[in-house]
Amino acid sequence: MSTDNRSVLKVKDLHVHVNSSQGMSTLVQDINFELEKGKVLGIVGESGCGKTVTSMSILQLLDRKAMTIDGSITLKGQELNGLREQEMRKMRGKDIAFIMQNPMSAFTPVFTIGEQFVETIKSHTAFNTKQAKELAIEALLNVNLPDPAKLLAKYPFHLSGGMLQRVMIAMAACLHPAVIIADEPTTALDVHNQLLVLRHLDQIRADYGTAILLISHDLGVIAEMADDVVVMQQGRIIEAANVFELFDHPQHEYTKTLLNARLQLPF
Amino acid sequence: MTLLQVDNVTHSYSSKRLLRRRKESEQALTDISFRIEEGTCLGLLGPSGAGKSTLGKVILGLQRPQRGQILFQGHDLYAARIPRKLRRDMQVVFQDSYSAVNPRMTAESIISEPLENYEKLSPAEQRRTVAELLNRVGLSETDAKKYPHEFSGGQLQRINIARAIALRPKLIILDEPVSSLDMVNQTLILKLLNELKSEYGLSYLFITHDIKAAFAISDTLGVLEKGKLIELYESKNQFLTSSHPVVTLMKESILANHPRSRSLPTRTINR
Ligand SMILES: Nc1ncnc2c1ncn2[C@@H]1O[C@H](COP(=O)(O)OP(=O)(O)OP(=O)(O)O)[C@@H](O)[C@H]1O
Ligand SMILES: Nc1ncnc2c1ncn2[C@@H]1O[C@H](COP(=O)(O)OP(=O)(O)OP(=O)(O)O)[C@@H](O)[C@H]1O
Ligand SMILES: [Mg+2]
Ligand SMILES: [Mg+2]
Repeated sequence: MSTDNRSVLKVKDLHVHVNSSQGMSTLVQDINFELEKGKVLGIVGESGCGKTVTSMSILQLLDRKAMTIDGSITLKGQELNGLREQEMRKMRGKDIAFIMQNPMSAFTPVFTIGEQFVETIKSHTAFNTKQAKELAIEALLNVNLPDPAKLLAKYPFHLSGGMLQRVMIAMAACLHPAVIIADEPTTALDVHNQLLVLRHLDQIRADYGTAILLISHDLGVIAEMADDVVVMQQGRIIEAANVFELFDHPQHEYTKTLLNARLQLPF
Repeated sequence: MTLLQVDNVTHSYSSKRLLRRRKESEQALTDISFRIEEGTCLGLLGPSGAGKSTLGKVILGLQRPQRGQILFQGHDLYAARIPRKLRRDMQVVFQDSYSAVNPRMTAESIISEPLENYEKLSPAEQRRTVAELLNRVGLSETDAKKYPHEFSGGQLQRINIARAIALRPKLIILDEPVSSLDMVNQTLILKLLNELKSEYGLSYLFITHDIKAAFAISDTLGVLEKGKLIELYESKNQFLTSSHPVVTLMKESILANHPRSRSLPTRTINR
């Protein structure tokens, strides 16, 4: 594997085990991939194959009491696996941002969107409250949320699923991190907002060299955004290829099944 | 026969807590009327924030509308007393699968909750029913004893679907029910819903942003925008030929299905 300085995120021999109510089991194994500056790596695979577990282990968000993470995860050369929570917290949001699969769990119900957004910005920058609020408003406009000042005064449960998802995307993108891990970022968005959000993420990528790990079951999202794609099945990577290669010459049976299952529209 | 009739429903969320001084309220639904016939599916499309989930909640009896009436099997849902059987006949799959389940319950108890409420099955029968339901949504019997946090997003979504079909109700409100599913599982679920519809005459209000999924299951289609039902189509063909600006924008925003036909400006590199 290359060690040139374009590589921002490197996952090597990742294995995750869990000790759950069902006993010990392996959730993902032999995961290896590398993400370069300004590139988009797509991850596809069946529901339950380990995409979220992989991203949560990169971010060190898995429950350390129940899970064991083996292997190496390096962000710009720094080892993340086993890093103290205090250190990790400084990096999350600033160097490596996360767009969670479930928008609701990214927010605390008891604080307003504004309080949470401003706090996140302030904890990673030297901004005062007014500056942070201005940045938040601009970020919300970037994801097509109307009336951002009013929106900041609302509580998470006042927003629709897709509105909350866009707030989370705005938060992840506004500090222009080196890496964004986007776990099913457009599941609650109508097609037009989906396109606007993808455009915005792509703009951040082009302007700031942000690398994106893009998990999506939507092959349209992958076709639009990804440079390379890995296909996962039952906790393992079964195929990795350039996105054009993958769509034109899928190797693995499962990849072929997945591509063939695309629903067709009569227009 | 008409199963669900929604007449002139208007709803707003009061925002007393939002803006303490002004007593302004935000109108989420304005004068909505439509019907769902027995054994049919109404696909509901529309931009994020349009009021689709709110409409679902109003129909479920969770948000009392300011105005209008909802008749389910001929009964006014907001009348003083409604037959218990009606509650059984209307089930739901909420948009947010996580807050829809009790984190301290196993998949088995989540799925069998409606069975316990309405059907008196022996423990063995109940276990068998749950196993069968798990299989039908592409999960396995061994998942029965797991807790919500031990499932992936798409697995939990399917557990919610299993619960909704457990009683074989008359109407299911499905709010983005396949949004977290890969294409193989999406196809499986759409096929299952279609089978239940044609075999047992189930009806659905299928809320989705996915035009392809809507087409795969709906008989009629509606488009909600800013709280108004701006279009209602008796057939899918009418949607295809519609030139309403909101619909046109939707059709134009559909993503490429091959990287060669990408539309994103900085991504259209030739290879
Ligand atoms: N805390 C846990 N304890 C036990 N098993 C778990 C736990 N978290 C996840 N799993 C299991 O690990 C596997 C991978 O889960 P993961 O959430 O990574 O799937 P996914 O690929 O993100 O799926 P989806 O597309 O449905 O979101 C699943 O089979 C899930 O049941
Ligand atoms: N509990 C609430 N209190 C106040 N306003 C609310 C509440 N729930 C929803 N709203 C508002 O009502 C409007 C419609 O929301 P709804 O959740 O019905 O939209 P939706 O069409 O389901 O959107 P999405 O596709 O993003 O899920 C939004 O402006 C939202 O902010
Ligand atoms: Mg997941
Ligand atoms: Mg909704």
